[in-house]
Amino acid sequence: MIRAGLAGIGVAVAAAPLGCFVVWRRMAYFGDATAHAAILGVALSLAFSMSIFIGTMVVALLMALTVSVLSGRGYAMDTLLGVLAHSALAFGLVAVSFISGVRIDLMAYLFGDILAVSRVDLVVIWGGAALVVALISWRWSALLTSTMNEDLAHASGIDPKREQLVLTLALAITVAFAIKVVGVLLIAAMLIIPAAAARPLSKTPEGMAFVAGIIGALSAVIGLRAAYVFDTPAGPSIVCVAAFTFLATSVFKGFRSSV
Amino acid sequence: MSLVQVEDISVRYGARTALSRVSLSIEPSEIVTIVGPNGSGKTSLLRAIIGAIKPFQGRVVQASSLKIGYVPQKLHIDETLPITVSRFLKLTGGIIAADINYALTQAGVPELEKAQLSQLSGGQFQRVLLARALIAKPDLLLLDEATQGLDQRGSASFYQRIETVRQDTGCAVLMISHELHVVMSASDRVICLNGHVCCEGTPAVVASAPEYRELFGTGTGGALALYRHEHDHSHQHGDHAHDHNEIAN
Repeated sequence: MIRAGLAGIGVAVAAAPLGCFVVWRRMAYFGDATAHAAILGVALSLAFSMSIFIGTMVVALLMALTVSVLSGRGYAMDTLLGVLAHSALAFGLVAVSFISGVRIDLMAYLFGDILAVSRVDLVVIWGGAALVVALISWRWSALLTSTMNEDLAHASGIDPKREQLVLTLALAITVAFAIKVVGVLLIAAMLIIPAAAARPLSKTPEGMAFVAGIIGALSAVIGLRAAYVFDTPAGPSIVCVAAFTFLATSVFKGFRSSV
Repeated sequence: MSLVQVEDISVRYGARTALSRVSLSIEPSEIVTIVGPNGSGKTSLLRAIIGAIKPFQGRVVQASSLKIGYVPQKLHIDETLPITVSRFLKLTGGIIAADINYALTQAGVPELEKAQLSQLSGGQFQRVLLARALIAKPDLLLLDEATQGLDQRGSASFYQRIETVRQDTGCAVLMISHELHVVMSASDRVICLNGHVCCEGTPAVVASAPEYRELFGTGTGGALALYRHEHDHSHQHGDHAHDHNEIAN
């Protein structure tokens, strides 16, 4: 139970700053596509019996890069992402069914299996989270500038394409270590919901990332507790708590702006 | 030595040619304005200078350690992004509180430091963008229709501010404007662009050039009259611009 809590907090900590950028840059679908591709990574990892962490990260990264490249060429992005996200998921599920001899709990990859987190998993999660947070803090100002306006970034000597690549890499790493905790279907939720819930409470970008981290961590802890009490699945319970927080802060905002 | 030297550049988007064989250079402390009809490649030229687009041929040479302050045509701040004016200005890096106050004062909006960027009016926003461009003490200020969305008084005072900034800091200014009357009275040099450089020179020379008249018609006679009027009387005060604007229209 403590391990599960620590795993959830680890995911929340990395997802918070990354999720803010996903929200600010309107990349929600992008996060979805990357996460859904991870199930294909799971299938490939099992087929070639290699580390699931590496397999999902590579496939997620390939997916994210494909989307980034295509997005620069003026395709209708929402349609394209819809196609890519769901076909990646479908191909992944089909590929998993081909793997015989291994008994796989598909549900564990779709919705996460946070209660089965091992010590090694915990090290991977916290290592990955530390890497993502370090990467984003290092590029913070440049990322923020290129998020606001690409030409402004160019004029200050920042290459927005390189910053986009940093985000893409961070996203792939997050997907790879969060799969165990919330599963491919709910990773995007852990990115977006805490960030969106933090928005009404923040005045600066840093403040929003920080508050999103707190909300995400609290959702993980409370969600786990609720899952234990009500005997509900852990990953979805965490997301439900985050969603309630979003509702609460939105109402708070509406209340504040009406008085 | 020129701050920026644009050498024979062409810019293409797919099959469409936006700029063909454009050359120009910007000298320290001069105010140069680019005029031209819609789609004449004005913004492409600025974007090539800051390095946001790669020319298909030719090259852009920047003086070593050139600092550019850029004011984009429009900047959309996503509502999901909370950011104060002072945090926005600090994004440039190595900025202290005194710099922020100084840049906002120069841009004429010292009171906005704590305001949220998303709450600003159009005019306030443009001035904050100007402050953002000025804060790194640039050698060259690039303005892409920076007064879009401002009323005539707002844009007149904006350009006065630019002139003051040039006097105070000695930075060169390269700007795009479609407000011909402003261009004619405030620039040292005008470049008339229509995919290529049609004509170039002092405002008086450009205004009387046949290429320019062909592009802008006779409606610009007033602008020229304004220019002559101001300069014949050797007025240096910007406040006369208001009266002249009326004549120009």
